[in-house]
Amino acid sequence: MRKIGIPEIEDIALGAALLGAGGGGDPYVGKLIAMGAVQEHGPVTLLDPEEVPDDALIVPIAMMGAPTVLCEKGIGGEEYKVLYETVSAFFGKPIYAFMPIEAGGVNSMLPIAAAARLGLPMVDCDGMGRAFPELQMVTFTIGGGSATPMALVDEKGNSCIFRTVTNQWTEELARAVTMSCGGSVSVSLYPMEGKFMKEYGVKNIVTRSEMLGASIRKVKESTDKTPEEAFLESAEAFKLFKGKISDVERDVRNGFNFGKVVLDGIGDDKGKSAYVEFQNENLTAVVDDDILATTPDLICLVDTETFIPVPTDALKYGKRVLVVGLKCFPLWRTKEGLELVGPRYFGVDTDYIPLEERCKGGC
Amino acid sequence: MYKLGIDVGGTNTDAVLIDENLNVVASIKQHTSSNIYDGILNAVRTVLDESGVDRSKIVQAMLGTTQCTNAIVERKNLAPIGIMRIGAPATMGIPLMVDWAEDLKAIAVKTAIIGGGFEYDGKELATFDVAAATEFFNELKSKDVKSVAISCVFSTVRNDHELEAAKLCKEIMGEDVHVSISSEIGSMGLIERENATILNAALYKVAESFTEGFAKSLADEGITNAEVYLSQNDGTLMTMEYARRYPILTIACGPTNSIRGASYLSQLKDAIVIDVGGTTTDLGVIQNGFPRESGIAVTIGGVRTNFRMPDVVSIGLGGGSIVRQKEDGTVTVGPDSVGYQITEKALCFGGDVCTTTDIAVRLGLTELGDKSLVAHLDEEFANKAMAEIRALCEDSIDAMKVSSDDVDVILVGGGSIILPEDLAGAKSVTKHPHGGVANAIGSAISKVSGTYEQLIDYNEIPREEALAQARAAAIELAVEAGAIRETVEIIDAEDVPLQYYPGNTARVKIKAAGDLA
Repeated sequence: MRKIGIPEIEDIALGAALLGAGGGGDPYVGKLIAMGAVQEHGPVTLLDPEEVPDDALIVPIAMMGAPTVLCEKGIGGEEYKVLYETVSAFFGKPIYAFMPIEAGGVNSMLPIAAAARLGLPMVDCDGMGRAFPELQMVTFTIGGGSATPMALVDEKGNSCIFRTVTNQWTEELARAVTMSCGGSVSVSLYPMEGKFMKEYGVKNIVTRSEMLGASIRKVKESTDKTPEEAFLESAEAFKLFKGKISDVERDVRNGFNFGKVVLDGIGDDKGKSAYVEFQNENLTAVVDDDILATTPDLICLVDTETFIPVPTDALKYGKRVLVVGLKCFPLWRTKEGLELVGPRYFGVDTDYIPLEERCKGGC
Repeated sequence: MYKLGIDVGGTNTDAVLIDENLNVVASIKQHTSSNIYDGILNAVRTVLDESGVDRSKIVQAMLGTTQCTNAIVERKNLAPIGIMRIGAPATMGIPLMVDWAEDLKAIAVKTAIIGGGFEYDGKELATFDVAAATEFFNELKSKDVKSVAISCVFSTVRNDHELEAAKLCKEIMGEDVHVSISSEIGSMGLIERENATILNAALYKVAESFTEGFAKSLADEGITNAEVYLSQNDGTLMTMEYARRYPILTIACGPTNSIRGASYLSQLKDAIVIDVGGTTTDLGVIQNGFPRESGIAVTIGGVRTNFRMPDVVSIGLGGGSIVRQKEDGTVTVGPDSVGYQITEKALCFGGDVCTTTDIAVRLGLTELGDKSLVAHLDEEFANKAMAEIRALCEDSIDAMKVSSDDVDVILVGGGSIILPEDLAGAKSVTKHPHGGVANAIGSAISKVSGTYEQLIDYNEIPREEALAQARAAAIELAVEAGAIRETVEIIDAEDVPLQYYPGNTARVKIKAAGDLA
């Protein structure tokens, strides 16, 4: 158990941007929402998963919809109270703690705001260890967990709670409600007991995120390594490519941001070219026709000098980026995991080969 | 036919006179006076006297100024303002200026988040709360506030509520009130756009003072035939009227001008530019003739905005940086500096503070002041200090490089005398006699631009074809604005898909810029 205040929020937000793997939404706006709540109500208690009783009701908090919409509309401030009341009433018992469902991107921040506003603790655990575009893409699905009863609340005061037959149905229905409500809503989903959270969750991911953020912030302090070496080492990242963005193609379909960023090599990669395809998050990294990484491993683009992550919606012509790969949570590499989030699910016609094998012999 | 370039920095005011072949005819560097009018007047008079050029032959006058940046960073001369966000019940969870420093927050006399705004598809999120807006503007009027910042949720999609609020604001507070609306200043991302709008509103007095000071000093000096421009942060020019409305666009034009001026003087299109001032050194990169832009959200005085800015690293090393020896024998350089008081405080000028300039004089890198006044400095101490100066500089060069390959380095700025010419990581080190006034030269050779913006349905015109047409249109606009056709290049391009429009519609925005005829 420890406290999370403004400085911790800063580092977690930076680490969450990296875990976003290009998507998940810029944590910046979430950071402001969390800061606003913590400034008003004080720091939040972060619980180690092992400190949570087996029968405690744990409720993940997130936003659903387009991050660009969230960056315009923020949240209203009353949503978490409505969510707490709706879910507690449904189960007939109080919520013990909130947790993030998605440690990558903006959703890393919102449970902090919810916990601060309701005076509840937050658990150091999530269901992805990164960001993913669809709601069934959580480790809890592998454990047979259900996204419902899921509650949705918008800033105008509209709220609903529903149960569905499959998580895919939840995704479809929740999307429809989200679009009708203006493209961004606050949600609680995958309500679960402490025991299940401890069995399937990605534990201590908030702390890992904070550590990643701190290491990006301090990357230039290293004396015996170059900042790039220091970054790769502290993030346990594989270097895939270094290049300058020469084109960005974007296409919005069914509420997803599809696209492709094309890079001309610089430095050691001069003369080579590469592209990264994305559907909200980065899906594949291809250098001179060789696939170097695919989902569910994390493909992240970072600024070549500051190592600050560059999300897909901030990709611009001329920007210089380092493309790196991070190993995903082991459960994602199982057959069940790959059915949910492997390359073929996203329409990429290739088998999943772990990042470290594709990169064997150096990238 | 001559161009007059002026750069007003925090420490120095520079002026250059350039002929039609872009040769530097005369240049001058003076301390910036507290009154911008006097400073410009003196600098202009000096270059004119020095060159003997006929005042009527000056056809263009360009001013680059760091006044806006300094005002924000130093929290000086910022106007008290009112800030209104239209968007409730959305956005209530994010207070205005939530992550701003307390001292900067003080510019807000009154803030409000009122009902209104739009959804992503242009539908109304809430009706514009006319009553709340009226009450807010009336209260600002009673507090004698003269500048207002207005932001609105999704005003980049529809700015109706912002325009309605601006109109109401002028009706209530008077036609002379300054209204900054976010849709004219920033792009997507409410908070960053709002922050830039707030800063723009707070800068109106600063903008008034430098535009008026500039115009008056030129007129009083008899320069009446010149077109007058201000430098923007992307290396292009804007008119005085535009600058008064959008002073925020002058932010960071100093580094841009200095990088472009350095590139021009050295005739290098790809290099690292090191601009050494009195207190700090800015390192930037020139890529294909334009400054490399920073890819991350830019903060100004700790405030996050969504502008594109030159990618500049500043270190605490300058000609006035103070050199000290610690008890254990190690030598430190800066980050504190005697700044503009160098001509009184440095040892070589008869002062009692050992500065980096004294070290350079002691080691014979430059002839300045009275050499005998630094002769007593221990050579080993001086060498240690120089090693420290070198390390600060070489580390920064390395940080700006894209690979381990050596790069061309251009040294400019008044303080560049303190740097040795054999820097590690540098393929070549270029200094130019006019390098001290690279800022003003960059200002004088700034380009004029044309921006083409249009909604295009890619189902009707394929993307490649549409972008090619848009590029051609932007080039035409730049030419119409006075650019020489052969010099026009595309400097910014973006296409953003708009899912709320029928078909496959995108907002295409292309900016082209070229040399002024």
